[in-house]
Amino acid sequence: MIIAILSGFILAAIVPFFSPYLKKNASLIFPLLPLLLFGYFASFFPRIKNGDPVSMFYDWVPSFGVDLSFRLDGLSLLFVLMITGIGVLVFFYTFSYMKGHEYIDRFYAFLCMFMASMLGLVLSDNIITLFIFWELTSISSFFLIGFNNEEPASRKSALLALSITGLGGFFLLAGMILLGTVGGSYSIQELLSSSEAIKSNSLYGGIIFFLFIGAFTKSAQFPFHFWLPGAMKAPTPVSTYLHSATMVKAGIYLLARFSPVLGDTFWWNSTLVTVGAITMLYAAIHALFRLDLKGILAYSTISALGILVFLIGLGTDEALLAAGVFILVHALYKATLFLVAGIIDHETGTRDVTVLSGLGKVMLPVALAGILAALSNAGAPPFFGFVGKDLIYEATMQYGEWAVVLTGAAIVTNICLLFAGLLAGVKPFIGALPEKFGKVHLPSPLMWVPPLILASLGLVFGLFPSLIEQSLIQPLFSSISKSGTEIHLKLWHGFNLIFGLSMTTLILGTLLFWKLKPSKNLFQKAFRFEFLSPERLVGHFARGFSGFARIWTGFFQNGYLRNYVITILGFLTVLLAYRLYNGIGFQIKAEMFENVTLYEIIVLLIMAVSIVFTVFSTSRLVAVASLGVIGYSICLIFLFYSAPDLAMTQFSIDTLTVILFVLVIYNLPKYNTFSSTPIRIRDGILSVFFGLLIAVLTLEVLNEPLNRETSEFYAQNAYTLAKGKNVVNVILVDFRGFDTLGEISVLAIAALGVFSLLKLRLKSIEKE
Amino acid sequence: MNNPYIVLPIIFQLFTAILLMFFWLNVNAQRLISGIFSLISLGISIWLFSEIWQNGILISQAGGWQAPFGITFVADVFSATMVLLTSIAGFAVAIFSAGSIRNARLKFGYFPILHFLLMGLNGAFLTGDIFNLYVWFEIIIIASFVLITLGGEKSQIEGAIKYVTLNLLASAIFLTAIAILYGLVGSLNMADLSIQIAEVENRGLVNVTAILFLIGFGIKSAIFPLYFWLPASYHTPPPAISAIFAGLLTKVGVYALLRIFTLIFIPDEFLSNLLIGLAALTILSGGLGALLQVNMRKMFSYLIICHIGFLIAGLGMYTELALVGALFYLIHDIIVKTNLFLVAGLIFKLKGTLNIEKLGGFYRQFPKFSLLMAIPLFSLVGIPPLSGFWAKLYLIQAGYLSGQYVLIGFILLGSFITLWVIAKLWAEVFWKPDVSIPKKIGVKYFYEIKPLKRWAMVLPVILLGITSLYIGFFAEHIIVLSKHISADLMNPQNYIDAVLGAKPLTP
Repeated sequence: MIIAILSGFILAAIVPFFSPYLKKNASLIFPLLPLLLFGYFASFFPRIKNGDPVSMFYDWVPSFGVDLSFRLDGLSLLFVLMITGIGVLVFFYTFSYMKGHEYIDRFYAFLCMFMASMLGLVLSDNIITLFIFWELTSISSFFLIGFNNEEPASRKSALLALSITGLGGFFLLAGMILLGTVGGSYSIQELLSSSEAIKSNSLYGGIIFFLFIGAFTKSAQFPFHFWLPGAMKAPTPVSTYLHSATMVKAGIYLLARFSPVLGDTFWWNSTLVTVGAITMLYAAIHALFRLDLKGILAYSTISALGILVFLIGLGTDEALLAAGVFILVHALYKATLFLVAGIIDHETGTRDVTVLSGLGKVMLPVALAGILAALSNAGAPPFFGFVGKDLIYEATMQYGEWAVVLTGAAIVTNICLLFAGLLAGVKPFIGALPEKFGKVHLPSPLMWVPPLILASLGLVFGLFPSLIEQSLIQPLFSSISKSGTEIHLKLWHGFNLIFGLSMTTLILGTLLFWKLKPSKNLFQKAFRFEFLSPERLVGHFARGFSGFARIWTGFFQNGYLRNYVITILGFLTVLLAYRLYNGIGFQIKAEMFENVTLYEIIVLLIMAVSIVFTVFSTSRLVAVASLGVIGYSICLIFLFYSAPDLAMTQFSIDTLTVILFVLVIYNLPKYNTFSSTPIRIRDGILSVFFGLLIAVLTLEVLNEPLNRETSEFYAQNAYTLAKGKNVVNVILVDFRGFDTLGEISVLAIAALGVFSLLKLRLKSIEKE
Repeated sequence: MNNPYIVLPIIFQLFTAILLMFFWLNVNAQRLISGIFSLISLGISIWLFSEIWQNGILISQAGGWQAPFGITFVADVFSATMVLLTSIAGFAVAIFSAGSIRNARLKFGYFPILHFLLMGLNGAFLTGDIFNLYVWFEIIIIASFVLITLGGEKSQIEGAIKYVTLNLLASAIFLTAIAILYGLVGSLNMADLSIQIAEVENRGLVNVTAILFLIGFGIKSAIFPLYFWLPASYHTPPPAISAIFAGLLTKVGVYALLRIFTLIFIPDEFLSNLLIGLAALTILSGGLGALLQVNMRKMFSYLIICHIGFLIAGLGMYTELALVGALFYLIHDIIVKTNLFLVAGLIFKLKGTLNIEKLGGFYRQFPKFSLLMAIPLFSLVGIPPLSGFWAKLYLIQAGYLSGQYVLIGFILLGSFITLWVIAKLWAEVFWKPDVSIPKKIGVKYFYEIKPLKRWAMVLPVILLGITSLYIGFFAEHIIVLSKHISADLMNPQNYIDAVLGAKPLTP
């Protein structure tokens, strides 16, 4: 099975190397992959039907408990068949749709990559692996939405989609790790057994919150839905495949998959029902006002996804069954409508529903597909959509005291969706054919056969629900519901309330279609409220965030070296002061100063005066000279503490420094003051404070007993072992010879640097 | 166990640098020597790593003076890993330099200084003596300073002044800290310090000293609010130079932090919280900065800061799990950041600019390059299962286990900003249609270069790309390695025993 899952990646990976051979007709080998895979997965039907899931396990990163363990059960099977089945049709369709495109091989490579990621997602039993495939679907979607990368709108939509789904991805990651940490395992099967423990954990709220954000962003739930209409910038096969049939259902898959583990709690149900209901209503009403075929379909997809979230949220057996059936119903008719829209766009060059009409006369099979799909969408008997809609109403009707409200919401949604379906599937084909479409003709069968197959399936499954009842829907139901009831799909329930509701929906929807004609005027009216839409609000937030970034970065990285130094020293001072104040009892003992000699005091005074001179002098020469005085005073102190060799070294270094300084500053311009007085006072205070802190610290260290072990070792062994009379020399060249080697290297490098600074002037032709 | 050959990575680089100076004006000989010797040095590092992986910690007492009196070199798995990564990055940059650095710079000692820098890095990773560590830091600073200024362009000098001032400030603070430490316990050997510091009764003083080390190394690691030198300087020198800086300069600071704060100063609650706070703000500052940049190298510079925050986060949480995350990220980051700056160099050579608003059309013009460049870019983002992803798993899990929910939020925010910035860059540079950029005088374009040199620029990117892919797809290996290091760091007794228990070779 692993080869089946990864085959898409493998194929995508070799495409760049054989690119020249895979353009033109040779690209027909790509559809063979989903075809093979469909056959392969279909062969598992009997096993799944007998309630015998298929599992595979491969080690990957055992240290973190991440493995490639795959499990094919009823829920996965439905998704796998949708992914590969619709995949076959879309791949063939693409061949004709993208014919002659320069980068058709690349397009197929991304599609293969996406298909493989999607298969991995729905088959993974390990939640980290699931997340990995989840992210890969986002990335392949990014590349596919931006496929027409030279158009600004495509790039923008791709970025927007990636931001939203990527953000959701990070939430999901946080949720998965939290779930694994709380549940003690990353395997869904093992988590199932600790379901109760997880639900009673105090972090349960966090887990479902993260999971929800992940699922909602991916499945375009309010208020994260707005990336999906933008994603319609992608070529139509992508819209069909990713943004209606499969990828956007990943969030639904996730919720369904985790229903048995995390579901059936107050927060789970109420959040999903609320968000699902808002989404389905909001998007359904939005769909009424769109003029672009793909725009209509995008909003109706969002609405359908809302219905699915809503149903999973209800969580009753009826609702879960309805969700399972509706996934399939929706995939069949919506994919058809997208493919039909793609054909219309491809042949007429427009997707504006106000312009399109009468195309049934020139492309009858396409019209047939569109109308069949619209009818299934409408839930007209005897289509599969009718079965689905019945189940939805059944689920809402049985939901206790809320039944009326929920059913009402479902009815309103369904009326709008029905309208949208008719608008997209029927309107372009009826009425009079405008003159400019006179030359429009039927495209290659590769394009119109796939939607026709899908649409017919909608009819076949409606007429003969038993075809899939036991083989597909029953295993699916058992894998998302804990109850284990037997289910039965029926087209005909008799004349009851639910049938009445179905008929009402159908009639009201058709009436709406008759009365409400989409127009620019209406479209603009609806847009008056656009400033309140989540998309705009997110836009404002992004601009605000960017402004914040500007202020923050401008404040810290302001370009002035002196500010950087001040910030660092200020930060250090605050930390030091805090720790000194809290950690150390100041003990400056009087006896420490008993041995202070007059010489020392005098030298200290000289140093103090020199410092004042250095700081306040307006002449550089004076400042340098005073610095030299400080250096010499330090030499004297070394001398007092019986370190004549150190004093000599310091003396020569100081002399040299002063001479060099004087030589250098001789050529510099006059002293200027760039800083204002308050700033200088601020800097002064900081310096004094910092100096004081270091002084206190040093005094404190002197209070500690000195460990002389090392210095005594040096003194004792310098002559006997290292054969040197001068201990300091022995330390430098033997005991710590490596330090000296390092310092010599520093000097050598510095010399090279000075040489290049003085001599190297790049000519303008050899800069980079 | 004693093994004097563990200083070989240091000595060999010194030897290479000196040898190169004998070929001062013969730039082609320098190119060849640098490349070949970097390869040998890579071989030495691999030998060192496998030796230590099999035999455990190796030490070498310089001059045969027994610890803690002489200078001890210690190669544990952490050190050996860092040396190995340095050699990989060093090799890649040496080859890239051979292709991309113009002769004028090569005639002023570019290659010798590069190898001095590598020597300094290896020294810092291998030394077990805190003052010796200071010396290696000095070499690193001066060598990198000279590399930044080499060429003497106005922007280079401006960046270099900020770079060197703030890094010298860091050194001064570091040195002060060493002085106080020596006054406190009278030792410089890090293993010995570990024992002695634990016994000091005046904890307040120890804590204050720890702060000095934190700031000293913090400046070098470019954490908040000490990172200013990095965005001010990394975009100014030639790309090969900024690549080696990006890969290793901040990381040596992080190495020092990890070493010091696991071996000598065990963070108390205040320090842990401080580190976590700084980590969060570092991530934020780096991310915010990166959002605003249009110059690719500046963008990457801020991303370095952002990701340093991840490393500090791991240290701040101070659990074995968190350190595994930080170490994995460290390994991933050295390779990927070096590669990113090389990629920037390649883009500059192709188009003559790094302004992402002006660039465009890579997808159409250079499909193979696009694929190659996608590897470091998306590894950086951590698109699973590429290399940047795995470390985050550990960091987030460690965050849950130590209750650092806010920190997790910042880690995810940093990841998201990285994703956004790179996706934006991708859309601009690779997707946007090409706008013709006027040819610049003074730039030798990719297509004007001889094929051999072109390969010298592409090969390192491939090499590092493959390394990144290896880290991502065979994450298990890296995790085992990180776990080993993390366990070593959290239980330093082995390190101490190896250093102090080992008998010197001579008397």
